[in-house]
Amino acid sequence: MAVDTSRPLDPAAGAKGARGRGGRVRKDGTPPPRRIRHALARHWYAWAMVAPVVVVIGLIIGYPLVRGVYLSLTDANEANVERTIGVNHIPATYTTVGLDNFQAILEDQVFWDRLIWTVTWTVSCVALTFAIGLGLAVLLNRRFAGRTLYRSLLILPWAVPAFVSVFAWRLLYNEKNGILNKVLDGGGIDAVPWLNDPTMAKVSVIAVNIWLGVPFMLVALLGGLQSIPGELYEAAEMDGASPWQRFRHITLPGLRSVSSTVILLSTIWTFNMFPVIFLLTRGGPGDSTEILVTYAYRLSFVNSPRDFAGASAWGVLILLILMLFAVVYRRSLRKQGEVW
Amino acid sequence: MRRGIAATALVAAMALAATACGGDDGDSGGDKKSGGHLSGTVTYWDTSNDAEKGTYKELALGFEKKYPDVKVNYVNVPFGEALAKFKNAAGSGGSGAPDVLRTEVAWTQDLANIGYLAPLDGTAALADQSDYLPKALAGAKFKGKTYAVPQVIDTLGLFYNKKMLKDAGVEPPQDWTELKAAAKKIKEKTGKTGLYLRGDDAYWYLPFIYGEGGDLLDTGAKKVTVDDAPGVKAFAAARDLVTSGAAETDATDGWDNMQNAIKNGDVAMTINGPWAIEDTLAGKAFKDKSNLGVVPVPAGSEGQGAPQGGQNLTVYAGSKNLDASYAFAAYMSSAEVQAKTTEKLSLLPTRTSVYENKTVAANTNVKFFKDAVDKAVERPWIPEGNSLFQAILVQFPNVLTGKTSPEKAAKSVGDAYRKLLKGDWK
Repeated sequence: MAVDTSRPLDPAAGAKGARGRGGRVRKDGTPPPRRIRHALARHWYAWAMVAPVVVVIGLIIGYPLVRGVYLSLTDANEANVERTIGVNHIPATYTTVGLDNFQAILEDQVFWDRLIWTVTWTVSCVALTFAIGLGLAVLLNRRFAGRTLYRSLLILPWAVPAFVSVFAWRLLYNEKNGILNKVLDGGGIDAVPWLNDPTMAKVSVIAVNIWLGVPFMLVALLGGLQSIPGELYEAAEMDGASPWQRFRHITLPGLRSVSSTVILLSTIWTFNMFPVIFLLTRGGPGDSTEILVTYAYRLSFVNSPRDFAGASAWGVLILLILMLFAVVYRRSLRKQGEVW
Repeated sequence: MRRGIAATALVAAMALAATACGGDDGDSGGDKKSGGHLSGTVTYWDTSNDAEKGTYKELALGFEKKYPDVKVNYVNVPFGEALAKFKNAAGSGGSGAPDVLRTEVAWTQDLANIGYLAPLDGTAALADQSDYLPKALAGAKFKGKTYAVPQVIDTLGLFYNKKMLKDAGVEPPQDWTELKAAAKKIKEKTGKTGLYLRGDDAYWYLPFIYGEGGDLLDTGAKKVTVDDAPGVKAFAAARDLVTSGAAETDATDGWDNMQNAIKNGDVAMTINGPWAIEDTLAGKAFKDKSNLGVVPVPAGSEGQGAPQGGQNLTVYAGSKNLDASYAFAAYMSSAEVQAKTTEKLSLLPTRTSVYENKTVAANTNVKFFKDAVDKAVERPWIPEGNSLFQAILVQFPNVLTGKTSPEKAAKSVGDAYRKLLKGDWK
């Protein structure tokens, strides 16, 4: 995030600085080969330094990705892939089946039900996390006693490993022995079936994810706020702008480059937020809180023999949905004159 | 994002380094010297629960006394994670997989089907097959070979708090109708709920479907039967208990909530197996141990039916120390070890000879569960046996809380089974 917040505020300067290298090549079309040779000769040391990273990235991201796409076009499962167990060597017997896996998934109502809930979950989580994060960031951007303490406390949820937080929340939510219901009971309110009622379970998982996500938003937006020059506010105040007008016309535009990035990142993370759902409800009750990734896991890794092909097809579909989202989002930002 | 890439590369480099370092631990390096002398290390993954694991660890390490050159590496793996963990380790070629694994009966055929288990016929692990209960041995077989040594056999029964039932003036119920009536009286007299019914585990659905005379599958005719009339009635019967207030349930944390409820005296009855006896007796409601009563699972309209379960010992086909592993599996299911687990944990032996042992014969819980096991319904011993629970697990909580109708739930489970079971299943 440091990269984004330190970026110059003026969009034009940003375009020249951060975008220059990438932009030039694209504008000119394919650069002449002489230029490449020249660049290689001049910057060979840079390429040499980057090479290990490229190799490692290729190994840990590229290979699984290609392999996943390949498996999604086959009928591979745990019982027909090649494996060597001790002295037994079992050869591979799976075959290519084309797009059958994708067809089966898209024809299944389960996929569409899960997609609708996943989108609902992502939109509500990101919107609320952003709103709360922005509110807290604006509050903490003022000078007041104990500001550092508050900032550290608000970042705490981020510092705790996610699974620890989720287990803590699970204890809080327990319908019979959880603290939340004990508190409500003290106020004379009936116990709430936090994780046992489909609707309440949905609200509960969203609440936990917001709790986990706010610190990130807070830190990013606080950084963005601090890069907005104070003179702008002073000038606006002189001109008689109300606090709301200052917020709308200075703070929000000033934060745009930060917020567009954090919203994109947060959307992708939330869409694939496996641990919160899996550890809090295991997708239950029934399958009501199951998002696409947790459902793919349940279908493909809990059933036996493990269906590698089906799991890969789900994975490829999820990747396609996210890529589609990123492209559309970038387009719409560019249309608003935003450089990203 | 540049910083992100650098961080990713760093993590990757560290991961590579870590795997390179970790590559050779877990190797047992077992070398068998001539004359049947055993040496090396045997890694054993035990899945027993918190109340049981102390006893099991002690017993497992007892093997070292018999074979001083063998080191036993005892690892307790939580039951719910063990299958996935074993598959991850075994599938990737084996480093990190244990030599001997304690497997739930339904995992045995699954793991044998994939080729992860060593066949045990004719090895030291299964030297005396004739002593085992035929039912226990049936759960260890797959396609004509034996892949496991039965260690423990079990089934479900109705646990009850004797004092609470006496205070309410009711007898332990024989069927679900009696249970409803008893729960009503318990509520009136003590204000407590009659039964805690686990809603987050499909195993607890089985007494209902067997009680209505149904089954999940007809493996002989290769037919899915879970959505036939008995399956629908089973869902309806379970739902009726919860909606009428005779039972309470949860869709999450069912095990903890169930055990807390019975141990603290908040509910009068639970449905559970011998593996829960030790844990239940630790509760404050059972300071006087004789306060815990166990009777058969209540009957449905077609009679009483509880599922047969249990634990087996399996040997990993990729074990580097097969001979010591066979000997260890044999030891862990020996008459001597089984008698000790019965004495300390009230678990049911799988050997007929152990039932003649004095302390075993005197254990009332064992006596009860032995009769129950003799009548228990065998589950389908197919590779997908364990996966059959997933579809029920999706529907069961929604049926119990009245959000899905029994017909819809049964149909959905049946459809899921037809999708799961490849081949000519109807």
